[in-house]
Amino acid sequence: MTKETSQPVKNNDATSKTPKRIDEHIVEIVSDSGEGAQKAGQTFGTISAKMGNGVWTVEIIPAEIQPPTRSPAGASGIRVRLGSHYMTNMGDAADIVVALNEQVLYSRIATHAYKPGTVILLENKWETDPNPEIREQYKTAVAEFRENGLVVHEVPMEEECLKHTPKPRLGKNMFVLGMLCHIYSRDLERGNNEIEATFGRKGKKVVEINQNLLKAGYDFAQGNLDYWYEIPPWKRDSTDPLIVNNGNQAVGLGVMASGMDLVSMYPITPATSASHYLAEVYDKVGGFVHQAEDEIAAVGFAIGSSYAGKTACTITSGPGLALKTEFLALAVMTEIPLVVVVVQRGGPSTGLPTKVEQGDLLASLYGEPGDTPKIVIAAATIEECFHFVIMARKLAETFRTTVILLTDANLATGVQPYPRPKAKAEWMAAPIDQSDWKKGVPPFDWDEETGLSPRPIVGQAGGQYVLTGLAHTNNSKVAYDRESNQRGCNMRSRKLATLYSTLKPPKIHGDQEGDLLVVGWGSTLGAIEEAVEKMRAEGHKVSSLHLRFLSPLEPGLKEIFSRFKKVLTVEINYSDEADAPLIESGNRRYSQLAVLLRTQTLVDVDCWGNVYGQPMQPGLICEELFRHLNAMKGEN
Amino acid sequence: MFGLKADWSLDIKQRYFTLGDYIGGEPRWCPGCGDHAVLTTVQRICRDKQLPPEKTVTVSGIGCSSRMPHYVGTYGFHGIHGRALPVACGIKSRRPELDIWVATGDGDCYSIGAGHWLHAVRYNMNMTVLVFDNSIYGLTKKQTSPTTPIGFKSNTHPKGAILAPLNPLTATLGISNVSFLAQTIDWNPVHLYETIKAAHDHRGFSLVNIIQRCPVFSPEAFKHLQEDPSNLLLLTHEKGIPVEKNILRLFPNQQEHDPSNMSEAYDVALPELPKPVGLLYHNPEVPCYEDFSSVGKDMGVEEKLAGLNTALDQFAI
Ligand SMILES: Cc1ncc(C[n+]2csc(CCOP(=O)(O)OP(=O)(O)O)c2C)c(N)n1
Ligand code: SF4
Ligand SMILES: [Mg+2]
Repeated sequence: MTKETSQPVKNNDATSKTPKRIDEHIVEIVSDSGEGAQKAGQTFGTISAKMGNGVWTVEIIPAEIQPPTRSPAGASGIRVRLGSHYMTNMGDAADIVVALNEQVLYSRIATHAYKPGTVILLENKWETDPNPEIREQYKTAVAEFRENGLVVHEVPMEEECLKHTPKPRLGKNMFVLGMLCHIYSRDLERGNNEIEATFGRKGKKVVEINQNLLKAGYDFAQGNLDYWYEIPPWKRDSTDPLIVNNGNQAVGLGVMASGMDLVSMYPITPATSASHYLAEVYDKVGGFVHQAEDEIAAVGFAIGSSYAGKTACTITSGPGLALKTEFLALAVMTEIPLVVVVVQRGGPSTGLPTKVEQGDLLASLYGEPGDTPKIVIAAATIEECFHFVIMARKLAETFRTTVILLTDANLATGVQPYPRPKAKAEWMAAPIDQSDWKKGVPPFDWDEETGLSPRPIVGQAGGQYVLTGLAHTNNSKVAYDRESNQRGCNMRSRKLATLYSTLKPPKIHGDQEGDLLVVGWGSTLGAIEEAVEKMRAEGHKVSSLHLRFLSPLEPGLKEIFSRFKKVLTVEINYSDEADAPLIESGNRRYSQLAVLLRTQTLVDVDCWGNVYGQPMQPGLICEELFRHLNAMKGEN
Repeated sequence: MFGLKADWSLDIKQRYFTLGDYIGGEPRWCPGCGDHAVLTTVQRICRDKQLPPEKTVTVSGIGCSSRMPHYVGTYGFHGIHGRALPVACGIKSRRPELDIWVATGDGDCYSIGAGHWLHAVRYNMNMTVLVFDNSIYGLTKKQTSPTTPIGFKSNTHPKGAILAPLNPLTATLGISNVSFLAQTIDWNPVHLYETIKAAHDHRGFSLVNIIQRCPVFSPEAFKHLQEDPSNLLLLTHEKGIPVEKNILRLFPNQQEHDPSNMSEAYDVALPELPKPVGLLYHNPEVPCYEDFSSVGKDMGVEEKLAGLNTALDQFAI
């Protein structure tokens, strides 16, 4: 049935009666948008997670909103990395790709998503398309792909689907899911259950058609494709239940778990889906999503609520963060607790709205005119997206300040199973204090050593004060004298020193000393550690550490750095390459964490990164680490 | 005794607030500035209505007028330029029991904060919004504001303002959910008091545009209104701002205007002169946003934990 041109469909597993056991695979489904590739991939990921695999899912998002069909810019879909171990990143090149047209593959090839040997299961209906141009495109592409080492199988998906539905465009994704279910020995029954859960509301008939398509895909793969694998479950130490969701959903759950009952936002990709999620479920915990007229109003509204005793959260991305700066300075200046979640995307300006970058670190620390010390933390995993929101509220209230929690587009759309949090009452904000304010205690009763002070909440009799963004005394009285402003700045800054004094030095992944230390922050954790492990397995003296606290930084860094010959940050943001034209030590612009580390430790920290808009890949990091190790050898 | 009921003491309020309870710092406005009159009026209304100072918040932006919170004995929020309304709405959103006053200027509200003004009218949250309209930027020393008359010479337009002024009344009437719009003058204390009180009585977003004298930077903008009261049009109606006889005498131009009549309100608001004084529009039926935003505000921890667990379980594998 499949076309046997230059490549036989049956590969060398053809004769085997049992599936081939593998440790992990990377699977992609790519199509025009609207063909349900993401749904199929998510379902495949869920089934795999339920069957005990480690899973990391990442969406492939088209570059345009309404791209023309069959165009590279329109590539939409999903990557699922699954294996017999905990998955922390999207990995390097894909093993098996299902593509619903050949054009979308070009953009994936351009991003090095595939390698020679990557198997492409390609919809073959284009070969007989009435439009000769399309037929020609298809033929050229297939030849080109094969020339480049891709193993292309032309699969009559449309033809097979037509046997079960008159509208194959709508159901083909379930056929694809069926094929993958067979290829990876997934229970068909689980697939049926997922379909039931998804389409149940639309009625029996719809469920049935989709289940038939699923079965058809499964049978087709069984009868015609010789890729048959088994990926044993990930052996976990614990039997605690898992949940699976993306980073934005985790942020939403974290907001609920933190007891914050107001999220004030303005839509912006890739942050918005966190608020979409909350809007659906927030009422279960009595919360409310306020869609403001703009980002300035969104943060102002949150600050109003926080001022009145109900610490609120605003969720945004780079351009929104830029608009919020004046209000953030007010919150810092007036010591109002506030949680800001920034889901980073590519910048500057409108940049790459759907793609990942770690470009907002310095803006978070230094975005406001004047001195505005605030707490900045970054989640490294989807699980941390949940827990860090809870931590952020506590920090905001304890330190009476703004906490910026950085995540990014990679975490926002990545899906990964993690231990189901056990909901705790102590995570939740306490009811607001409405007792009388103690006589004689000023609204900023700063402890001179820590900068901390209790906060009067509206409603507390005797606590009336006028919050002001002007320089002020501890009585919140406007004061333009030299001492008052100096003192206010001291007190606000001291809070960071206080927090710093409670932090532990970061854990080192790998040996405690060696040749090269890789330092990262945010969503690159999985890729960095995977790369480091690979390097170590090959005998290289490479370690890594990953920072969660960026302001204040975690303690002990200078001492840790001194134990390595070289320190290198790996970040998804811009830096000048050291050997680029005109670049010398006096003008090289470093990656953002590197800038921080260099000023704070006076260590000659190097950096590497890119702004491709893609999650970090372990393979790319390895190449870079090799380069540095070789250069170091040369120097010796 | 003396005909008092035996349980009379139960009727008396436990706390009685005097004017002093609403007085904060010493006002720093220029002598003759219209802001003084507005401040004392608000303080009197707070006293007359016995608003607990700790349950009352005065919110402002930046400008001369936005200094008001510093002079009031309630909780105060002196925020940033143009953004008083989002803050005020945020305060109200989860604590609808608080009484909110907003002090904002013509620049603060109608220029830099214009987007918030439009949307705050739509939200219709229960608060009393006083726009101190002196047709000038006072604090920053005489720049053209959105309500500066065309031709008026300011430091940014020394040859005279180029643009026709924005009409905050017609603009506000054009916003959906508008529920209370009045205009008054700082130099008639009785009308000022009655208008602000009516605004405070209204449940919803009450916007009062106060024509406010700035003797330092824009005296010319008000001279004709003060010297020739026929440039004003007093709006009278049983549902409007109550006006006593001795006040009526001061306004040669009067018009009976039913504040529920939107198209008539628009007609009254449109001309540059005479300037309407009184209640232009009132609709007590518009829903308040806090009725939605505050749902669940008192939910207990147990119920929240249950809700969280349900949400988590939806992702169980
Ligand atoms: C973001 C920002 N831009 C500009 C200013 C400077 N500024 C302060 S008050 C003001 C205008 C005040 O005019 P208005 O709102 O009419 O108040 P008034 O002083 O007349 O009462 C300006 C431009 C500022 N504080 N913040
Ligand atoms: S400058 Fe004008 S508005 Fe400002 S305080 Fe003086 S008189 Fe009042
Ligand atoms: Mg003004």
